[in-house]
Amino acid sequence: MFFLIIKRILLGLITLIIVSLITFAGTEVLPGDACTTYLEREAYGAALEACYERLGLNIPAHERYLSWAYNVVQGDFGYSLSGQMPINEVLGPRVKNSMVLASAAIIIGIPIALILGIVTALWRDKLPDITISTVTIFAMTIPEFISATLLILVVAIWLEWLPGIVIVPTDVTITELLPNIILPVIAIAMIMTAHMARMVRSSVIQVMASDYVQMAILKGVPYWKMVFKHVLPNALLPAINVVALTIAWLLGGVVVTEVVFNYPGLGRLVIESISNRDLPTVQALAIILASIYVSINLIADLLTLMLNPRLKTLQIRK
Amino acid sequence: MEINKISEFKKKSIFFKISEVLVTMASKPSGFIGLSILVFHILLAFVSPYLAPYDFKAIDPSLMLQAPSSEYWFGTDSLGRDVFTRTIMGGRTALTITFFGSLIALLWGGLLGIFCGLVGGKIDDVVMRIVDAFLSIPWILAMLLIVSLLGTSTEVLIPALGFFYGKGIVRVARAATHDVIAKDFIISARARGHSNLSIIWNEIIPNVRDAILVEGAMRWSWMLLGFSSLSFLGFGVSPPTPDWGLMISNARGLMSFAYWAVIAPIVGLSSLIIGINLTADAFAKALGIDRSTKAPV
Repeated sequence: MFFLIIKRILLGLITLIIVSLITFAGTEVLPGDACTTYLEREAYGAALEACYERLGLNIPAHERYLSWAYNVVQGDFGYSLSGQMPINEVLGPRVKNSMVLASAAIIIGIPIALILGIVTALWRDKLPDITISTVTIFAMTIPEFISATLLILVVAIWLEWLPGIVIVPTDVTITELLPNIILPVIAIAMIMTAHMARMVRSSVIQVMASDYVQMAILKGVPYWKMVFKHVLPNALLPAINVVALTIAWLLGGVVVTEVVFNYPGLGRLVIESISNRDLPTVQALAIILASIYVSINLIADLLTLMLNPRLKTLQIRK
Repeated sequence: MEINKISEFKKKSIFFKISEVLVTMASKPSGFIGLSILVFHILLAFVSPYLAPYDFKAIDPSLMLQAPSSEYWFGTDSLGRDVFTRTIMGGRTALTITFFGSLIALLWGGLLGIFCGLVGGKIDDVVMRIVDAFLSIPWILAMLLIVSLLGTSTEVLIPALGFFYGKGIVRVARAATHDVIAKDFIISARARGHSNLSIIWNEIIPNVRDAILVEGAMRWSWMLLGFSSLSFLGFGVSPPTPDWGLMISNARGLMSFAYWAVIAPIVGLSSLIIGINLTADAFAKALGIDRSTKAPV
């Protein structure tokens, strides 16, 4: 058990090291370096030299990677070219804003997804299932920017219930932020909920068809007792991993949603730093987003491991 | 004579199998709807240049933001361009790029996955670690980086999308290969002294083909979503090419009084993505592959 956890954490770390190598090599192999891409047409003479000097681009790539990685491990991501300040200061408020958005969506989304998934599975192929399943298919297949745009059009423009876009400074306090995030949270929670509800549904259906549930039915266990005691505990366990993957996958969707709502989070920073050709910030973002992905998966794996007694003695899934 | 007969029989059986799968897919309402939408969009992409009533790039300031009328069915946009013309032509670029992108993804992802599953050992470990690492970089960040450094031409977008969406197929192909690799016919092929290449071509590919094709169909809809998001963010096709993602992003600012310019491309793009999704689901069911518990990775 202990050994498995250590192994899993090590694998996650190796993945992160490879990610850092890929992003570093990517910006190295693709044409242009941080200075020529950032300065564009002014990339000659003294300005270029000064930029090279400041970013240390005139030392060999492998040494640069090592010193960069050494600094990142200590929590220093370097210097933002477009913001003209340390990347840490740029990131701080953005990370907080995105965390608020994501946690609100998760807190609202997971209970709704559980209820919808269980309801659709128990009333399989009946009216509740058909209605909810159709709606979830729409919600999960339609691109984030379309559902967000439609939300703004209907709720903000036609009904005039809520503000359509978020107009707050980046370093806003959480209490000031909360009234503004209702629409973005709905947009993100909608897609996430739809994905998770589908997973919970198929998981519950699988368990309902298993031998021990059939046995319980034959023994005359009351329906709801069977559902809560035999079906749900077994059905929700495998759903944890899938939920984690869904949350991690949504990192990309959050970027688009933040742009639509003009939300000052990490996602908009991705677009801004790429538009500004600010490669050091892009590298930092890649590492941060990848670490979020890896840690969500790690937490899900550990949770499954701890909640499932059978896995304690088995070789961990990989 | 004998050989001719055999080849004729084989040809017929492949054709028969495809039509059989199509019939199974269309026999369920969701599959039928999905297939019809997809076929409609593909046909539209081919014929829309001949159907378009106006020039898609003709700018006329005097016709700015006209409401839908008998003359301009879907109204006009902020530059006075006909929204109907641009909407029916808006899927052509996206469909072409994502179709060829999916083919590339299928090809390299499938072959690498089969290879890793067959060879195993150290090579497999290393490749899978790299695939895992690529999976943990958000797609949007990687795509934006590639596009902003290499440009947004078709020649860049197709291989870039194809490369980036292939990594998930590697895992599926590898898992499918693991399922067949312990079977007797592979062991007997090895005992007959067949090379790895011959085993892959004659024994493994016919057995994992279905799983990989289904995965590819699913990737197609994700790739379309990714490509449209890129266009929406201004990193996809360049104007004045009609493209739904780009049209939505351009018309979004004025949608408080010109909602038609945003609704038309939204309907176009959403219906195509839903169509591909339903078709892929029906395709999976017709081939007997359950992918309902799969997460979108």
